[in-house]
Amino acid sequence: MMKVKRQTQGSAQTGSGLEAIPSLNKRMHSLVMRQDRLAGNVFLLPAVLVILSLAIFPLIISLYLSFSSFRFVKGGFALKFVGLANYKKLLIGSAKTRFLGVLANPSIFGWLVFIIIAALLVISLVLYIRRGQLSAGGLFYRGLAAIVIGLGAWLLVRTLGPDGRPGTLIITLIYVFIGIFFQYLLGLGMAMLTTQALPGRRFFRTVFFLPLMITPVGIAYLFRMLTDTTKGPFAVIWQMVGLSGFSWANNPWGARVAVMLGDIWQWTPFMFIVLLAALESQSIEPFEAAMVDGANKWQIFRYITLPQILPVSATIILIRMIEAFKIVDIPNVLTNGGPGTASESLALQSYMYWRALDLGGSASVSYMLLITVTLAGLCYFNLIHRAVKEKE
Amino acid sequence: MKKPFRRKSIFSPSPAAMVLSYLVLGIWAFVVLFPLYWYVVTSIKLPIQVIEGPFYIPFVDFQPSLHAWRYIFTDLRNDTLRPYFNTVVISLISSILALLIGMAAAYGLLRFNYRPRLVAILMFIGCIVLVIVAISFGMPWKLALIAGIVLFIILLQTIGRRFKRSLGNNDIAFWMISTRILPPVVIVIPMYILFQRVGLLDTKTALIITYLAVSLPIVVWLMRDYFSSIPIELEESATVDGASRYRIFLSIVLPLSAPGLVATFLLILVFNWNEYLLALFLTSSRAQTLPLTVAAQNATRGPQWWYMSVLILIMIIPVIAMAIVLERYIARGLLVGAIKE
Repeated sequence: MMKVKRQTQGSAQTGSGLEAIPSLNKRMHSLVMRQDRLAGNVFLLPAVLVILSLAIFPLIISLYLSFSSFRFVKGGFALKFVGLANYKKLLIGSAKTRFLGVLANPSIFGWLVFIIIAALLVISLVLYIRRGQLSAGGLFYRGLAAIVIGLGAWLLVRTLGPDGRPGTLIITLIYVFIGIFFQYLLGLGMAMLTTQALPGRRFFRTVFFLPLMITPVGIAYLFRMLTDTTKGPFAVIWQMVGLSGFSWANNPWGARVAVMLGDIWQWTPFMFIVLLAALESQSIEPFEAAMVDGANKWQIFRYITLPQILPVSATIILIRMIEAFKIVDIPNVLTNGGPGTASESLALQSYMYWRALDLGGSASVSYMLLITVTLAGLCYFNLIHRAVKEKE
Repeated sequence: MKKPFRRKSIFSPSPAAMVLSYLVLGIWAFVVLFPLYWYVVTSIKLPIQVIEGPFYIPFVDFQPSLHAWRYIFTDLRNDTLRPYFNTVVISLISSILALLIGMAAAYGLLRFNYRPRLVAILMFIGCIVLVIVAISFGMPWKLALIAGIVLFIILLQTIGRRFKRSLGNNDIAFWMISTRILPPVVIVIPMYILFQRVGLLDTKTALIITYLAVSLPIVVWLMRDYFSSIPIELEESATVDGASRYRIFLSIVLPLSAPGLVATFLLILVFNWNEYLLALFLTSSRAQTLPLTVAAQNATRGPQWWYMSVLILIMIIPVIAMAIVLERYIARGLLVGAIKE
């Protein structure tokens, strides 16, 4: 490789010196082009090979596994093609309560929520069509988003009602969206506070950054200690509010909240550092103009700061969303998915199946997770992310 | 960065706002620091002091003891040091490899034109699927592989030539980055089977390879954006002076992107250092990493909080030290990635 490099260097040097001779120059040019193509492949191919063989190849095998049943036989294992049986089991079969949850008739409040969401979806679709800038792609993604959100809302009101029980799909969605909501708000708030000219703000910045560095397993144990109502550090507080007998791990919502708290504690710093850097890199002139015009703090935030950090926000929320769907360590260690399967995420369900040697089931759950992430990501990217970027 | 004076005039808060800010910041600092403090306190408690209820301050509430530290470092000795060594080796090597391969790809995607033909890609995937199906129906895998390659080449030379539709750099970049969407559980079962077949299960190599694949998209994505913030004129003038592409990359582009490289490296290092799920699937004893050792402290006798705290502390101290030193780099490197697309 070194030899090739030297040669190119030498030949290119003579080439630049002989520009007056067109034919020779042309030949040099084509030589440089060929060297370029080689260099291009040298740069890109290793990564393509790694991703092809270690991400795409397993993806295809996994798809195949999800259509088959797996069992051990003498001297190895046997795969049997079973078609859609694994998926059927999740959606309508024996694993339905675990995956989708117990579907009850929505309460009146549930109906109300669903009708409001459906109405909003229809209105936004109608508004989009009436605006007259129709494009096939735009219509497709809006329709897709409407269907996905509508289905999600329907599942939500039916499983979260008084008689229903959410399955792993809904629980994962709750972890993702409630988690991101609080992470973003807290991260933004802290970032805004630390951009002020306060003495000692470097200390706060460094401290706020720390939870990101801690292994999720450690965080899970940490929150197990902290949510212990008799021996944990906050036992005194629990006794004061009369909850000393309450066990977070044995109450479905307690377990879920504990998992979310751990997740929020860990990932707020991520939002914090990126938003902090974004706030610091804002241009200063609009602020000065606004101060001269006598704008108040809220107006400055709403009309100057927010538009400037919106593109960054859209991107980090997308990143967090993609990562948050993979949540597995915290529920696994903190609650072991319990009580029952009340705090189990999709990734954890897949792991549990794998541990029970149901490889086909495991693969089908992970494919459902992949489909969910992809749908959520597509809708978010095409509607919110793109709109924000265009406004820029 | 030379704005402190102007910054002060606009961003210095009124006294009341200042008190309020400190209050809120103080509360959040407590929320962040108290758990860390609790690790430290728990690690110097005797089991009885943990079980009997909350004690907060050493020497006042309880008499601290180093028994847990002694147990982890002398009694367990190799069972602590081996996972520690594994974690260091695995996370360092996989992060370095991912950085090397990823930054080359990121640069290539930015400065070269690639035109892979759509048909070729589709046929390649089709052949892989055929090979897998053939193997699962009992065909010997070597034969199936060769047949697949032959079929692919024949198809490419015949039908493949007719269709000229090709993809561009952005499509490749999007494809690479979008593999980040794949939840690890999707790819880990085939990896498990693969590593089992080639006898790499429960080895460091298996984890290094897996972590490399998982962190590569992050590197490509962050470094592509970082490289694009380097003015192309510099590279053009170097080309005129006769430098090769490799030389330009090594002696112009890389030195200029040091902050981005540091940030990206740290980020993937921390991810790989803390990774749990893949290690759980792919290792059992020899190549076990620290997160698994921590998780394993939840013994049949109930969680051993004191040992666990020690393990978590020795695990987070090096990362936190690095984070404190390089915090600014990380923020800047991440920001570039988030602003550009």
